[in-house]
Parts: sequence; structure tokens; C-alpha cells
Amino acid sequence: MTIQEIQEEIVDEFSMFDDWMQRYEYMIELGKSLPLIEEKYKVEENLIKGCQSKVWVHADLIGDKLAFSADSDAIITKGIVAILIRAYSNQHPTDILEADNKFIDEIGLKEHLSPTRANGLVSMIKQLKMYAIAYQTQLD
Amino acid sequence: MKAVADKLPLDIETIRLDFPILKRKVNGYPLVYLDNAATSQTPQQVIDVIVDYYSNYNANIHRGVHSLSQEATDKYEAARKKIQQHFNVAKSHEIIFTSGTTHSINLVANGFAQELNTGDEIIVSALEHHSNIVPWQMLCEKTGAVLKVIPMTQEGELDMDAFHKLLSDKTKMVFVNHVSNALGTVNPIEEIIEATHKAGAAILVDGAQAAPHIKADLQALDVDFYVVSAHKMCGPTGVGMLYGKEKWLNKLPPYQGGGEMIATVSFEKTTYAELPHKFEAGTPNICGGIAFGAALDYMNAIGFENIASYEHMLLEYATKELLEIEGLKIYGTSKDKTAVISFNIEGLHPYDIGTIVDKLGIAVRTGHHCAQPIMDFFKIPGTVRASFSFYNTFEEVDVFISAIKKAKMMLQ
Repeated sequence: MTIQEIQEEIVDEFSMFDDWMQRYEYMIELGKSLPLIEEKYKVEENLIKGCQSKVWVHADLIGDKLAFSADSDAIITKGIVAILIRAYSNQHPTDILEADNKFIDEIGLKEHLSPTRANGLVSMIKQLKMYAIAYQTQLD
Repeated sequence: MKAVADKLPLDIETIRLDFPILKRKVNGYPLVYLDNAATSQTPQQVIDVIVDYYSNYNANIHRGVHSLSQEATDKYEAARKKIQQHFNVAKSHEIIFTSGTTHSINLVANGFAQELNTGDEIIVSALEHHSNIVPWQMLCEKTGAVLKVIPMTQEGELDMDAFHKLLSDKTKMVFVNHVSNALGTVNPIEEIIEATHKAGAAILVDGAQAAPHIKADLQALDVDFYVVSAHKMCGPTGVGMLYGKEKWLNKLPPYQGGGEMIATVSFEKTTYAELPHKFEAGTPNICGGIAFGAALDYMNAIGFENIASYEHMLLEYATKELLEIEGLKIYGTSKDKTAVISFNIEGLHPYDIGTIVDKLGIAVRTGHHCAQPIMDFFKIPGTVRASFSFYNTFEEVDVFISAIKKAKMMLQ
């Protein structure tokens, strides 16, 4: 599936919920089901710096695709990471770089895009794209 | 609640009408504002003063001969006098307008560089806000002075025995907050000031968190420096005060150069203006200063004793209700504290709790509250902090408690 197809699938899933509480409960479930990052990758270099919750992201190049794994000490943050990883993992770095993030707005998580949400979506997306840039150079 | 309301020292419902923001909804719910330790809300009386300034007499002060400038100058200086009276300060030129507490602290720290030599000691407390740690660390780097820290106890109080042992003839300055922003502990500053002076050192007390709740008598305290921000006491952001004893303010060099702070300027030599202008370079926050005075009028009309006793009732009620929640731990359990409750629920991240209660219209602070050393002491990433003001109600406490319970249910 392409990133766009996965994003559409996520938007579809979230459209089933009537209110924010159900959306957040689903996000918390996603957070709990996020496959854990290997302990050895939970190191300072993989930490996305911020002042609220801790988020670690690690990337592996498998063939010409990037596979992400991540963790956070806050469960809602973990849910957000889970959504991002589902959309962007196992994709070609070029596709990751070209993807837009409109789906975040569509699933009702727009408030997490605000710069005051330190450690929120913005820095996570930036980190995923940084990995994509780094590995794209390697593939070239 | 009717029975309770009759016994209250304040008519909260009438007071709440003064605050337009309290009528709004957040995320579809009525706003419950419990982040007062970060910034307080502004009553219409203060908003009116701000609007009046820009509508009727906006002008630069201390310079113009024209009437508007005179009017603005008079109002600005009248505000300085109000602040002087409020804090019972001997002379109005001992009140320096600054952009806030952080600016005030940096002004003093910068000025003290010339007073320090290698090996001199500066004492700060373990309960400080970063703004009362970092400037002194920078000062130590610059001068070779050594930073000593008064440790804290599990209750979140200063270890006073340890403090007395830290004092010596090497001590040149002591910096401590009147009230801790992260925990709400009221520190025994009378004892700290007296002991510091006995050791021959100077003392700065950060009153940012105390000023909204406690009316400090600065002459009685005999403190050398006391700093506050207007925005924590119903005033606007971007303005605050530095109180300094005249002898100290005369001794310290100016912090910034510019207009207003000079007497004469030539390329050979500039002589500085008298106090307070020596420390007020450039065009100040004129409107902010005037509104700061109006905010003090507003709070004094309600009365600080009434404010303190009502907020204490809120604190006791909220503490009792929170402690009923299983796994909830309160950090900072001193008997003497302002209406601040810092807490965590076992197994939950404060950020998650804050996010959920925000969706329910409740504003609390989560994180380390710019006091990382305190969080390190308790070995936690941060806390949820609810801080109450005199315009909060018992009903709001109930809404807050049920939101916390809801968050706990969702997150566990």
C-alpha cells in the first residue's frame, strides 16, 4: 500500500468515531499495541528532544524501504507515533519525503500540530523525514 | 454548596463577573482555569485601564513637554507609588520597573559580577525556578564564584539546618524564592534573611509565586532585593518589578545602556541618571506599568487576607478529594503552602493526564515546571500541577476531580 492509501485507511477508521473521547480511546489502544522498539535503541541519540514526554525513534533500511520502530513514556504520544509509523514505515525514503500530513487534520488531531505541543507530531514527523533524507542519500 | 457559600470570605460569583475570559468555553466545555501559577487572568478593571491608555493618552514618558506625555508620565509614576505602598517600600525610587521577574533577577546577577571574586560562594535553594538558577550559574562562570545549594526534604521544604551550615564568611549572596512554583511551599524567608545578613551576605527573594497570595512588607522583611511579575497578580505580561535597597541600587552598575538611563552623554564620558532611571533604559512598558498599578488596586480591594483564606479552603478541599483517588501522589506536602497541588497518578504520564483534562476544558500545567532539579529529586519526569486563584470555585474543583478520574479510567 502507498502512504496515501494507508493514510486514507486511517482516516476511514477514525471517521467511525462520534466524539473526541472515542478517538482518544482508540489512539490509546493503538499506543498500547505499538510494537516496542528494541531496548538498545532507546538511547539519547534516538530521543526526540522536548520538554514533555520522551519519544525514541529508530530507523532500519531493509532493501530500499525504511522500517521505523518507536516508543514513548506517554501513552497518547505513543498512539500518535503508532499512527505515524503505520503510515510511513516500510516505504521508500523518497515517498516518505513527498508525503503530506493532511490526514492528521482529518482524523481530528490537529491540536497536536501546534508548536506548543512540545514533542508532539511536528517534531516526530520532522524526525521521520530526517531519517528519510539520510537514507535517501545512501540509496543514491 | 449554598451552605458553604454563605461562610465564604469572598463573594466569588460577583468577582467572577469581573473576568471576561471565565465565561468562555474550551473544547466545548466551560473553561476551568487552574494554571494560575503560570499566569493569572485579567479583570475588566485592568483591561479598561489598558484600553484607556491606548485610547486616550498613549505617549512617551519623562521626555515630552506636551500634555499627553505629562499625563502618561504622571500615571506611570503614580503606578510606581502604588507598588511602593503595596510592598511597604521606603522610597519610590527603590522600585525599578522591569519586564518581569526573570529580567529583574538578571539585572541583579549582572550587577553583582563586580562584587564577586574567585572562591566566593553563592547559595541558591533546591526549590528554585530555572530563572533563579541559570543567571547565578552564569555569574559563577564569569567570576569564579561557587554555587551552593540548600537541599530539600521529602515534604518539599528547605532543609534549614543544612542552610545554616552552608553560610560562612565566604557567602556573598543568597537567592531563594518566597514560594516554590512547582510545589507551592512557602519558604521561611524571615529566618533566611536574618541568617544571611548575620553572615554578612546579601539576599534576593523571588516573590513571583508569593505576590498573588501574600502581601509582603519589604521593610519589615529587611530583604535586599525582592522581585515579582505583574502577570501573576491580575496584571498584564511583560512587566514586573525589582525592589532593591537604595544602597544596593546605587552600588550596582546599570544593566543596559540607552535613552532614559543617562544624565549627560558625550563621547568622552556618560554620567548615569539617578534612581530609578539608571536601570530603566529605553522606552519602558508604560501601559503595562500603569496596568500593574491597577491590578494591585483590584487585588487590594478584594483584600489579600480574604484571598489567602479563601484559596486555603480551595486547597484543602481539592487536596482531600484528590487523595481519594487511588494511586495519586501529591508532591510538596508542607503545612505552609499556597494553593498549588503538584501530583502524579501511579503508572500514568502527567502529559497524558493534562491532554485528557484539556479536552474537558480544564487548564492545568504538566511537565517539569521549569524546575528540573525538583523533578530529579523526586525521580519523576514531571507532574500535573493545578494552581488555584481566588476566582476559582468549589464547583470547579469538583469538575476537575471528575476529569482526573475520567482521564485515569481512559489511560489505564
